[in-house]
Amino acid sequence: MRERVTEMKFWNLDLALKGRGGSGPQRLKPHLTRRTCGAAKAAPFQRKTVRRALQTLILTAAVFLFMGAGDDSARFKDLGHRMMCACGCSQILLECNHVGCTYSDKMRDQLQAALDKGNNDDLVLQGFVQEYGPTVIAAPSATGFNRVAWIMPFAVLALGIAFAVHIVRSWKNRPEPALADGIIIPHGSELDEFRQKARKETDL
Amino acid sequence: MSYIGSFALMLALGLSAYSFLAGFLALFGKDAASARLGETARRAGIATFAAVLLAGIVLVLAAFHDDFSIAYIRQHSNRDLSMAYKFAVLWSGQEGSLLFWSLLLAGYGFVLRLRYKTDQRLFAYASVIIASVQVFFLLILNFAALPFSITRGALPADGNGLNPLLQYPEMVIHPPMLYLGYVGFTVPFAFALGALIMKYPGEKWIHITRRWTMVTWCFLTIGVFLGAHWAYAVLGWGGYWGWDPVENASLMPWLTGTAFLHSVMMQEKRGMLKVWNMSLIFATFLLSMLGTFLTRSGVISSVHAFAQSSIGTWFLVFIVLTLAVCSFFLVANRSHLKSEHKLESLVSRESSFLFNNLLLLTVCFTILWGTFFPILSEFVQGHKVTVGPPFFNRVAVPVALLLLLLTAVGPLLAWRKTSVESLKRNFLFPAIGSVAVGGMMILFGVRPWEDPSYFYATMAAVLSALVIFTVISEFLRGGRVIAGKTQQNLVSAMIQLCHRNTRRYGGYIVHFGVALVVIGILGTPFNKEVETEMAFGDKINIGPYTLVCQSYTQDDNPNYGNEWAIINVFRGGKQITTMYPERRFYKASGQPQTIPRIYPSFREDLFLVTDVYLVYEGKNETTGRPIIKAHLNPLVPWIWIGLIIMVFGTIVALVPNAAVVQVAVPVPTRTPAHAGAGD
Repeated sequence: MRERVTEMKFWNLDLALKGRGGSGPQRLKPHLTRRTCGAAKAAPFQRKTVRRALQTLILTAAVFLFMGAGDDSARFKDLGHRMMCACGCSQILLECNHVGCTYSDKMRDQLQAALDKGNNDDLVLQGFVQEYGPTVIAAPSATGFNRVAWIMPFAVLALGIAFAVHIVRSWKNRPEPALADGIIIPHGSELDEFRQKARKETDL
Repeated sequence: MSYIGSFALMLALGLSAYSFLAGFLALFGKDAASARLGETARRAGIATFAAVLLAGIVLVLAAFHDDFSIAYIRQHSNRDLSMAYKFAVLWSGQEGSLLFWSLLLAGYGFVLRLRYKTDQRLFAYASVIIASVQVFFLLILNFAALPFSITRGALPADGNGLNPLLQYPEMVIHPPMLYLGYVGFTVPFAFALGALIMKYPGEKWIHITRRWTMVTWCFLTIGVFLGAHWAYAVLGWGGYWGWDPVENASLMPWLTGTAFLHSVMMQEKRGMLKVWNMSLIFATFLLSMLGTFLTRSGVISSVHAFAQSSIGTWFLVFIVLTLAVCSFFLVANRSHLKSEHKLESLVSRESSFLFNNLLLLTVCFTILWGTFFPILSEFVQGHKVTVGPPFFNRVAVPVALLLLLLTAVGPLLAWRKTSVESLKRNFLFPAIGSVAVGGMMILFGVRPWEDPSYFYATMAAVLSALVIFTVISEFLRGGRVIAGKTQQNLVSAMIQLCHRNTRRYGGYIVHFGVALVVIGILGTPFNKEVETEMAFGDKINIGPYTLVCQSYTQDDNPNYGNEWAIINVFRGGKQITTMYPERRFYKASGQPQTIPRIYPSFREDLFLVTDVYLVYEGKNETTGRPIIKAHLNPLVPWIWIGLIIMVFGTIVALVPNAAVVQVAVPVPTRTPAHAGAGD
């Protein structure tokens, strides 16, 4: 966990430097950069804004993805919610409370003991996998074939978006349907007039 | 008694098979003889309902009369069970629940066949399709899962009793609601498939099935939420949703059904997304069946699942057959489903529906994928992996937040195209309001940068506020216009506004309810819990509450023995309530069960209401003292209030409009030259 936080901080610093006007010499002369670009060149300015927005977004996402709890009680809670009770009740270890469960109390004690020993998260989880099998971990790991479990939903979303964009494009390129005789679609000022009237009448 | 039940089921099978075959043959003819044959099929369908109803009544009466000669009654009932739970025995086991399913389907078919004059031809197709589904269920009931099989050997003095988890008042209404939802989707499915097979002109089939679909969706919504409430109030782990495969199975058709309810508006208003809508309603029906397959086949392990049995194969065959038939007609008749209009702008109501559908289906796929991944993993890697709450929370929550954003934005977009000016005008107030909510959360100590769950909670609060402010602004704007024109006060004007376009404003109310549900869920990261053994006078401090153990005792009645603690709840030095967390030991089944007690703090904090949730975990055998687990679950009651508002919104949407507004629109000429590709 400590390693993750360090990595994130490094990233944070890097992005912060870039955010002040790029890296190296460029950063020393921000006024020159601005003068060279000129106010009239709106497009690079927009690109810069977009880039900064993206950097901020990535940074924010990174912060929330990688930040974790540090102290033991928080680690106990975190790890206890990453494992299932082995009794077969299909409940998260710290949430299993069914009467007469012979596993959950023992497993919680084991978890606390492993934390007291100073084992890191991976070691604690490995210990449980060795004793109770891979199904004790509540979610697939991000290794090997299990990666597919995590990738697939986002891949489907990406494919869906690509498909939707394709549909929109094909719709846009489609010719207008023919109108029945006598119907004229208003354009330009005539259309604005209708819009104005509709807005006035509905205030919507 | 069992003979009457068995005979009724056999008769029902014969009648439904006749209804299917005769109805099917009648579809091909156009002469008077075919019409007469079709009429006999319709009447056979109606009679099927009477026969299945008789079987259902027999099973309930057998439970009431403790007829343990019927194996099903012996397994799921006992003499000291209360009458309400004896009635619930009907759906408490595998065979009974299938009979109940069949009964509901026959009931839907009965209503449909009585209303056949709306459109005789389309109704005839729908009736045949419903009869085919009915035949499938009756085949199972007659040959694979027999509810009236006889107890072998000597008759026992008492039955095994109802599962203790099911002995809770909600279980008398949760399964019927869920089943009404599952089964109800058969009706829009039958109309959709019928319309596709017969190449039904226009969108009338959608108008006919609109109310069916909404009522069904409403039942499923109630069923899903009652299930969550049951888990919360009975299972005693302090939560309401565990991403259990059976919970997931109920959520999947709800998601596709919700997508259908939205996208079907595009077909009604703009003649678009016809293939998509067909696919959605087919998927919804198939997912309902898949849920049933999951619970009954034993392919996945779940606390909800029925015992493993051979009927999983029956369901699998039925699902594959249905999928094949639907796919065949979708491909064969695709020319009938060509879109009539095109999308003009990405910033429009149409595109918001498109992306809303995309996100709903992504969540649905995630759930389906997560539910089946353990099987896939076993096949590929040789061992199972668990796909539990951490997976679903991490993948589905971000997508659900995007969906919430669309729920806020979508209604403010106009059909066809939305101008930037109108966007600014419509969004200013809701956007300021929602940002203010986010700011207030930070001001009150929520640090979204400290933990991902706080970040998601803050985002969910901001987006829920956006949805709520959007809905309020829509009502206010429309209400003001009517108030200005009719000189009414604003409230009456808003009621009139609602009555003028019930579907639109009912939909907004549903969105409002959804936002409240999300508010209820976002309290999860702030939950607290304490577990301790309590002697007389011992205290637990949790949040602003002090829990004092006044006493603990035990009792006995014919159905169960129990022990419970008496806990006084104090806040600010003042006693606000007394709670009685309990543990029961059911005599017939020999199973223990905890009964948590919940106190929602509406009187103390109206908006930031918190559930004080106490569980009697057990007793220390050495000291004899109870072990009490106390949870503090903020905002949870909003989930149940949100459900009530969602149901109210659906009811509003079902009310006919006060006046029909007629608008002249350009009529497209359908010529092959101008028709585009399908959607």
